[in-house]
Order: sequence, then structure tokens, then C-alpha cells
Amino acid sequence: MKLKSALLMLVLTITTVLTGCQPLMVLDPKGPQAKRQAHDILLSIGIMSFIVVVVFAILIYVLIKYRASKASPDYEPPHIEGNKWVEILCVGIPVIIVTYFSIVSVQSNYIVEAKPQGYQDKEPLVIYASSSDWKWHFSYPEENIETVNYLYIPTDRPIEFKLYSYGPITSFWVPQLGGQKYAMSDMVTTLHLAADEPGEMMGRNANFSGKGVAENTFNVNAVSQKDFDKWVKDVKKSAKPLTKEEFNKLLKPGHLGQMTFTGTHLGFNPPPGHNHSGSAKQEGPTEKSNMDMTGNMDMSENHNHE
Amino acid sequence: MEFFERFAIPNPSLAIYISMVAIALTMVAIVAGLTYFKKWGYLWREWLTTVDHKRIGIMYLLSALIMLFRGGVDAIMLRAQLAVPDNKLLDPQHYNEVFSTHGVIMVMFMAMPFIFAFMNFVVPLQIGARDVAFPRLNALSFWLFFFGAMLFNISFVIGGSPDAGWTSYFPLAGNEFSPSVGTNYYMLAIQISGIGTLMTGINMITTIFKMRAPGMTLMKMPMFTWATLVTNLIIVTVFPVITVALAMGTFDRLFGTHFFATSNGGMDMLWANLFWVWGHPEVYILILPAFGIYSEIISTFSGRNLYGYKSMVASMVIISALSCMVWAHHFFTMGQGAVANSFFSITTMAIAVPTGVKIFNWLFTLWKGKIRFTVPMLYSVGFIPLFVIGGVTGVMLAMSAADYQYHNTMFLVAHFHNTIIPGVVFAMLAGLTYYWPKMFGFMLNERIGKWSFWLLSIGFCLAFFPMYITGLDGQARRMYTYSEATGYGPLNMLSFIGAGVMAISFALIVYNVYYSIRYSPRNIGADPWDARSLEWATHTPIPEYNFAIEPHVASSQAFWDAKKKGHELFPGKLEKIHMPNNSGVPFIMGAIFFVWGFSMVFSLWIPAILSILAIFACMALRSFERDHGRYISVKEIEETETKLRGVN
Repeated sequence: MKLKSALLMLVLTITTVLTGCQPLMVLDPKGPQAKRQAHDILLSIGIMSFIVVVVFAILIYVLIKYRASKASPDYEPPHIEGNKWVEILCVGIPVIIVTYFSIVSVQSNYIVEAKPQGYQDKEPLVIYASSSDWKWHFSYPEENIETVNYLYIPTDRPIEFKLYSYGPITSFWVPQLGGQKYAMSDMVTTLHLAADEPGEMMGRNANFSGKGVAENTFNVNAVSQKDFDKWVKDVKKSAKPLTKEEFNKLLKPGHLGQMTFTGTHLGFNPPPGHNHSGSAKQEGPTEKSNMDMTGNMDMSENHNHE
Repeated sequence: MEFFERFAIPNPSLAIYISMVAIALTMVAIVAGLTYFKKWGYLWREWLTTVDHKRIGIMYLLSALIMLFRGGVDAIMLRAQLAVPDNKLLDPQHYNEVFSTHGVIMVMFMAMPFIFAFMNFVVPLQIGARDVAFPRLNALSFWLFFFGAMLFNISFVIGGSPDAGWTSYFPLAGNEFSPSVGTNYYMLAIQISGIGTLMTGINMITTIFKMRAPGMTLMKMPMFTWATLVTNLIIVTVFPVITVALAMGTFDRLFGTHFFATSNGGMDMLWANLFWVWGHPEVYILILPAFGIYSEIISTFSGRNLYGYKSMVASMVIISALSCMVWAHHFFTMGQGAVANSFFSITTMAIAVPTGVKIFNWLFTLWKGKIRFTVPMLYSVGFIPLFVIGGVTGVMLAMSAADYQYHNTMFLVAHFHNTIIPGVVFAMLAGLTYYWPKMFGFMLNERIGKWSFWLLSIGFCLAFFPMYITGLDGQARRMYTYSEATGYGPLNMLSFIGAGVMAISFALIVYNVYYSIRYSPRNIGADPWDARSLEWATHTPIPEYNFAIEPHVASSQAFWDAKKKGHELFPGKLEKIHMPNNSGVPFIMGAIFFVWGFSMVFSLWIPAILSILAIFACMALRSFERDHGRYISVKEIEETETKLRGVN
């Protein structure tokens, strides 16, 4: 293990130096998922560099040793069919490396697809993140708040993002919190993230979705639970309620700045069900889409009473 | 007037107007030139109606080079736009059109014809055959490809280019989000040339199975022939998938079906799945022939037999099988869960094993060899280290959890260019230089060739290695610009400089062709490289019947054995040779397909229906036509042989 971490540190140092001493975003994680991914990336860079060096060394050796200009004019290269042991070695070593990577990869899959490690005993904050050309809408059913193009999240609490799209496939990506996931128009996908420390981060749609995709970004503010509660209180005091008409206006293609509303669009424009029959969208909340809003139904009902 | 409005460009720019003028001038120049030099008859008799695999190969080659130029200009525009932050050279719409056409052209209309050029030219020679199994079908394949490519290219000046990426994901590619006809062009142009590709697949498999020279068992076939066989097996397996997917996409766009729509039960992920079920094997369709070419070249210029022949064959077969089981790694982030991702992660990484075996076998072929650093060899030994970098980053991308961070970033862009350029493009340039003397009777200048190799390699590293870093720094792909605050500026400028160096290298290759036409000696003999397989055992220029006497083969390097061990290659005596007749039907059918595609793009139903009827008429004509080919008499063969022997 000592060797491994030393190797990781070495790679990290080299990459940092190469890029002018500013850590690369993906390798500068602020949450457990991104940390696991950065770990996998550095580990694979380390082992892969070793393979590259070995191949380069063999290649340079044979090219120098067996070049025609050095050989005697009557040298006749031998006829060699192959050697069983050499070939077993050529298969065996890659198999060992690939097996090791497969184990790491499978483990990581289960880690990034579950509630972040170290946060298992905490109740996740559910945020519905939906994209429309070329904006992000973030609905907080628990707090009964909706924002456009910016996120406030509490640190030390797992966040469960529910992703879907009002248009082309997009990809919700906050590099420093963890890798991306697609938002699509006929199903809801789930992305588990968490922020370990407060800070401002870049988030974006990483998937090409037409003309305005380059500016399809959002800000992420990770703040302490106390500051988060304060932000919620401020929003409730100052923001306008989100109406159906207002939301339909927001959906029109174009760019918007940051906006804040009380209430969410989940009531009058619920996320798609998993049954692929896009019709659920028009008919209003079905049995299935209500199920999707696991545990947050009380909150959205509260909103209706307000 | 309203009828003609549909042909207008929705987003015109100066570049498009200049191209319109340039295209018009070029066409006028070609027509005027052909008329002035009275070459219409020559063009029709010798090229447009030919069924000779060598000429079809050369036509594929020329088309590929022209498309390489078009795709390369696209690439330079993309890198120029990203060279500095907040650049205004291209607006987002144009940037989207340029990167979409760059991808389609480079994969479908540059790399594919390039590999078909070598398959067509080399394989029948390598197996000692007189032509492919179905020569006229072969001509039809070429013309379908050619007219498909032309249809795709005119989108730039008539109606607008596709702008939904080369992957054309729905619903973005649907009518709602891509209202211009650009994506219609995408669907129909790839469809037409794809049908041609499928026919080539059937043709090549039949040729290799049925037309090998006596004594050439499967395990005595040269490696490029093996690569061609495996590649074409993949083609016939997966091209039907893209054919169906494109047909469904066309129906969605033109006839209001909802296969990939987001309403009425459509599934946008279905397109992504179908596309990559074809799309991933497609990259092996490109790389396996490249591996075949490297095998030939490395063996020739090491002066040695290919090390581990059996494991080379086995690894290609395993790669071809695995290639059909990895498609979902293109969308690990679609949310299919840890189980599916783990499966596709492991199958993807498994491909590294047979590929690694091939790399080691090439290294062991060099070992104890007598290595001559000719231009084809430089490309081949340059390929090994660069491709290894591309390969190991592929394994990194295959780790699905980490891929959540690489996906849709410049890291990915760097990876696949790092496999395709040293893998496929280097192989094509190596093959071009290697087979040039066999095709045209003179060699390309070695000194200029070495310059272009070094410039291309250095330019490649400058252009693509910085993308690994910006990708890890969060630069997403397909974004037309970025702000200065991101700090991506300097590395993107480096990429642009690298792209410029690559452009200089390609210009040098063109200059090399010009220079060599003028100054290269013509008395080079039939075997200028001291090569090992059958294609070098016939004369240069190659007579239309390839071999006067059918060769008899006892090993995978029959020609080498003939030279070194006194093996008798041509034991028989001259007999009359049966050859296929030329036919204008394939060219005419291709042209009708073009009219059909164009009519479909613009929903002009009457010409579309008429062209379908005309296509069936051509097929009926072929069915009822009596054409038993022709014979070349012994006397004629003797005359040709004496003349060619005189040349050498």
C-alpha cells in the first residue's frame, strides 16, 4: 500500500507541475465520489505509465540493436515461428493487469452508484435537476424552492440528484463533486454526490445538446448546513412563487441568468415515469411519477396549501 | 420561387459562399479539361465502367485523399476556433456543423474508402486471384460509396450541413431540435454508402474463401488478407444494424414515426444503443486492416517472417468477437447501473489483451531482424509507441466509474484521436507509400516522405496530448468556446499549432506526389522493397489478369520462399484467361441512388419514387442480361508478358 500511495503522489506531482502548479479540476476533488474517481484515475495513470515505459524501452532497444545499417551485409534474419512460453507471458501479464483493473472498476461502480461513503447514516437531500435548452432547473422539494442555473448544497450531507431533461439528452456534471450522468426526457436517472467542504464549484451540461451548449453551465455553492438553512429562509422571504405560466416561459430555448423561486415545478409538470410513455408528462402526476419523488410528497403537498 | 427556398443555406457565411464558387469553378474546369483533351471516352471506358479491382482500389484511394483534405480543413477550423478563449471565428451553429461533418467525413468517407482501397488493390493479388468474386458488384459498391460521399458533401452548399454531431443522437437529431435538412443528408448519405460497404463485405468474404491460389490454406494467408477477412465478417455482422437504425431515423424525420422521439413510446436511448452496436465494431473495422498493413510492412522491412502468426490470427478473431460486446461503454453515464457498467467495463478492458499480444508480436518481429528505416517502416514503428499510449488511455476510459469524469471531455477526444491517427491514418500513409510503386510504377521520394512522417508525428503529439490535460481540467468536448478564466487557453493554442504542423505534413505528402511524378525513376522493377508476399510476384504495371499463370503456394510468404528457397511459384503453363466485362450499370445505379437520396433529403416524392423504379429496372436488367465475360487468348497474354518483361 505504501508503494501504491507513493506512486499516486508521484503521478499527482508530475501532472500538477505540468499544468502550471494549479491542480486539474478532476484531480482536485471536493467530495467522496470525486475522490474515488480521482483515485482510480491516478492509479491507472501510474500503472499505465509503467506499461508505456516498458514498451518504449523494448522498442528502442530492438530498433537500435537490429538496424540494418549496423548489421553485416550478409546477415540473414532467422525464421522464428513463435515460442509458447513467450506467448503465454504476453497473454499472462496483460491478463493480470486487466483482472486487477476489473476488480477496482467493479468496486468503484458500486461505490459511485450508491450513497457516498462516510455518509451512509445521513438522510440524503433530494434535488431534482432538469435541463431545458440551455439551462438547468433545480427543484428542492424538501425546502419547496426552485432555482435556475445555480445550486446551493449543504456540506456533510449526501445529495441525491434526480436528473431528467425537457429536450435533448444532457449530462449533469460537477467535476469536483463527481462524474456526470445523463438527463433524458423519458426517464429519471439518479446521481449520488456529496460535498466534504464548503466552496464554489463549476457545473455544466457536458453532453452536446445544440447551439447554446457551451454556455449551459451553472454554479455550485457548497455551504455549511447552517448557511444552507439561512439561504432557504432568505429565499422564502424574498423570492416570487413559480407558476405554471412562468415555468413554461423558462423552458423556451435560450439562456437565462440565475433565478430563484418558491415552490417547484414538480407539482404541475412532474418528472417522467420509467414507463417510456412520454404521455405521463401531459396527464399530470401519475401513480408512478409520484413514487419517484420518494418521501418528498408531504413537502410538495405543503406547497399546494400555501 | 417558394420551391427553391428549401435549397437555400439556413446559416450562410462567407466560407460557404467561397466554397460554392470554388465548387462551381472546379466542375467547370473538369468538364472543360475533359472536353479539351478529348478524355470523355477514356474516362468512361477505363474508369467509370471498370470492374477491375486494381482500378476500383485506386479510385477509392483518390476519393479518400480528397476527403482527407476536406475533413482536414474542418479540423483546422475547429482548432483555430478554440485556439484562443472567447474566439469569434466561427459562431456556435457553424462550429457544430463543422465538427459534425469532420467526424462523419473522417470515419465514413476518408478512413473507410482508404481501407477499401487497400483491400481492393491488395487482397486479390495477395491470394493469387484474377479479380474479386463479384467484380461488377464491387464496382457498384464503389459507386454507392462515391455518390453517398458526394451527397453528404453537397449539404455544405445546398440546404445546410448536419449539426447534431457524427453520432447524431436523438432527440437532438429529430425534427424538433434539428429542423434543417442537414440530418436528412446524414441519414441518407451514410445509408447509401453503407449499402455499398455491406456489399463489399459479402464480396471480400467470398473472394477470400473461394478464390485463393492452390496451396494457400487459411493459415497460409498473408496477414493483411486475414485482417481483411475478419474485418469483412464484422462488416456483414454490424452494418445491417446501422442500415436499420438509419432507416428508422429517416422515417422519424420524414414520415413522422416515433422510434426515437420522446413522445408516444419512442426511446431516444434506442438510437444511442443501435448506433454504437454498429459504431464500436466500426472502429475495429478501421483498425484491423491497419494492423494487417503494419504486419506486412514490419515483416518486410525487418527482413523476417511475422512472429507468432497463429496468435496474430487468433487475437484478431478474439478482437472481432469482443468488439460486438462493448458498445455500452460509449454511454456508461446513461444510468444503466453498476451491473451493466461492470460487464461492459470488463469486456472493454479484455480487448487490451489480444491487442497487447499483437504489439508484442510486432516487437518480436523486429527482434533479430535487419531493420530498414524506409518511410512505410517509419510510420509502422512510429505507430507502436503512439498507439500504446492511445491503448492504455482506452483501458483508463474503460474503468466505468472513472469514465463518469472522462466522458464528454477532451480526454476522450484525445484518446480516440490517439488510436485513430497513429493506428489508422499512419497505416494508410504507410500503405500508400508501400503500395505506391505497385500502383503507379514509381516510388515516392523517401527524403520528403521522412520529413512528412516526422512533422506528422510531432504535430500529432502537439495537437492531442494537451487535450488529455484540459480534459482532466474539465474542458468538455464539442463546445464552440470557453472563457479565459478557465485557463484552457495556452494548451488549446498548442493544439492549434500542432494541427498546423500536421497540415504542413499533409501538404508535403501532396508535394511529394507531384515531385515524384516528375523526378522519380521509372525502372524500379516489380519488387522494389524486397517484399515477401504474392502481390509483389507479378509485373509492374500489373497486367489486367494479375498473374499469367496461377501461382502455387506453400507458405504465408510464398514470394519470399520463391526468391530465397527456389520454390516454384508458377508451375503451370499459359492458358486462356476468363475475365469479366466492363459495365456502365454500376455507375448509372450509383448516380440514380444519388438522385434518390437528394430527392428524399428535400422530400421531393415524385423523383424519389421514379428513382426507386429506375434502381429496380437496373437490377432487372442485370438479372436478364446474358454476360458470360470474355477470354484473353494465350497469344495476347504472351505479347503482354513479353512487353512487361521488357519494361523490367
